[in-house]
Amino acid sequence: MSEQIRNPSHSPVVAPGYTFRTVTEKISSIVLKGTPRGWYVGFAICFLLAMMLLVAVTYLFIAGVGIWGINVPVAWAFAITNFVWWIGIGHAGTLISAILLLLRQTWRTSINRFAEAMTLFAVACAALFPILHLGRPYFAYWLIPYPSAMGVWPNFRSPLVWDFFAVTTYGLVSLMFWYVGLIPDLGTLRDRAHNTWAKMAYGLLAMGWRGSAYHWQRYHKSYFLLAALATPLVVSVHTIVSFDFAVAILPGWHSTIFPPYFVAGAIFSGFAMVLTITIPLRAFYHLEDFVTVRHLNAMAKVMLVSGLVVAYGYMTEIFLSWYSGNTFEEFLTQNRVFGPYAALFWVLLLCNVVIPQALWLRRVRTNALLLFIISVLINVGMWVERLVIVVGSLSRDYLPSAWGMFAPTAWDWATFIGTLGLFFALMFLFIRLLPMISMAEMRELVQETQPHATAEAAAKPE
Amino acid sequence: MKQPQAYSHLYGLMAEFETPEALLHAAERARQEGYRKLDAYSPFPIEELGDVVHAHSRWVALIVLCGGIVGLVGAFAMQYWIAAVDYPIDVGGRPLASWPAFFPVSFELTILFASLAAVLGMLALNGLPMPYHPAFNVPRFARASQDRFFLLIEARDKFFDYAKTKSFLESLNAYEVNDVTP
Repeated sequence: MSEQIRNPSHSPVVAPGYTFRTVTEKISSIVLKGTPRGWYVGFAICFLLAMMLLVAVTYLFIAGVGIWGINVPVAWAFAITNFVWWIGIGHAGTLISAILLLLRQTWRTSINRFAEAMTLFAVACAALFPILHLGRPYFAYWLIPYPSAMGVWPNFRSPLVWDFFAVTTYGLVSLMFWYVGLIPDLGTLRDRAHNTWAKMAYGLLAMGWRGSAYHWQRYHKSYFLLAALATPLVVSVHTIVSFDFAVAILPGWHSTIFPPYFVAGAIFSGFAMVLTITIPLRAFYHLEDFVTVRHLNAMAKVMLVSGLVVAYGYMTEIFLSWYSGNTFEEFLTQNRVFGPYAALFWVLLLCNVVIPQALWLRRVRTNALLLFIISVLINVGMWVERLVIVVGSLSRDYLPSAWGMFAPTAWDWATFIGTLGLFFALMFLFIRLLPMISMAEMRELVQETQPHATAEAAAKPE
Repeated sequence: MKQPQAYSHLYGLMAEFETPEALLHAAERARQEGYRKLDAYSPFPIEELGDVVHAHSRWVALIVLCGGIVGLVGAFAMQYWIAAVDYPIDVGGRPLASWPAFFPVSFELTILFASLAAVLGMLALNGLPMPYHPAFNVPRFARASQDRFFLLIEARDKFFDYAKTKSFLESLNAYEVNDVTP
């Protein structure tokens, strides 16, 4: 154990002693055996919060966006902050499942499934906000180019239309990638389930998967191609999200640094969310053998690096506001640092730049509790960052006569916290109903890392 | 050459192995013996196994390429037609066919169509969803998705002979050899 702390990068990705059978049993038993009491408690809390979202959205549909704190200069506020934050969180899932697959990083195997689930649910939460925020949400479908009786088409020069295509594609591709990865495991659950209904449900979803060599060959190819397609997609989605800001002419938004800076921020906050979910999960289900210290260490390193890129983005913004010689840009930076929303700016610096520097220490990277606290703080910091960008620029743009302040109402908070409830409630359902770690890939990993163990187990009579 | 015998009550013979190495060896031997209508089942992908049973398909990659091209051309054509032909909006005399602005949507739809092609193409080539397959008639086959490795030789193979094929499979150090009913 002490050896592991000394250099976690060299420790195995699966604890030794596992065979095909024990790996399969351990992961599938979480789904096929009874529900632990803690699950009910956690799910109940999240479900209640999701119901709060239902109330908030229902009232919003009845009364209109006036129930939120938004006003004429600050028309975006919480809704768009939440949208950018959620979609950013989703990106770590795709990064782990696609980019790390292409780079053949074996440590991705035990975390990719639930990171992908996280992506899917985060995109679902994100996609709600632009629609809720429309004012007339029943016209959301006007974004779809369809031959309407009005003879009107969407404007393809608008980043908001690009956004619709980016988020829709991202949601669908994430869903397909996740489902294709699940097919062999659904077959395993079908073959292991004793309950007739469970057998039928998993059987239907597995579509008759039988692990034929011919199937595996095409499956493998298709899975890698999907990963290769998802990799540029994840970069493009957050680039397009940043265009929502960068294409506008507001000071603080109109900047070419936005696409790379937003992508780095998305990876940063996404990995923070993966850790926020992984650490309690591995403790609760005793998955320390699969999600080892090596995984935590690797994720912490990614977080540190992407955090430094984000910090570089902050520096560039401040430098350019001075270097550009533009009065409005200069004023924006002053306003950010010392203006009415200055407290938010200092919170984001503390959470996103100062605190993550603790990750330079290996002792912090291998300590689950400290890592959990840091990842929660980064989540908070990244949410505040988006709020600073959205509200800061909108509240004080060019003409002082057009300035206005924003203060959130209870409904703003209820909607945001409600989506957190929805997200975690979906996560709880996922953990209960589907294998949270890919069993097929874990068996492959067992075969690659410890062939002796499997040979010995096979030699033993049953 | 001998005509294949008709086995109306038999789909094939299935041998069970305990390790991937044993299955690889068995599949290789079966190919050497001349068997062609065979399939190997494993709980995780084994790259060499694909080579042994000659499971090579370039179709997946080709279908994905076609999907991507359809997405790209379709998206670009749609935007051009909408912005320049069917619903032109003159904004201070700027060009209607403002093609750089059409790239984000074209890119996204390229990825979307290529991904759809990758998934649907893979499923279609694999013949999935398949509600029934004879392999599942062997009760022990449930472990093909867990920890065991199976080799199936179909009765319609021209070298298939019940007694000979069975003793051949047994000689490969199989854990068990089972009849597969159709």
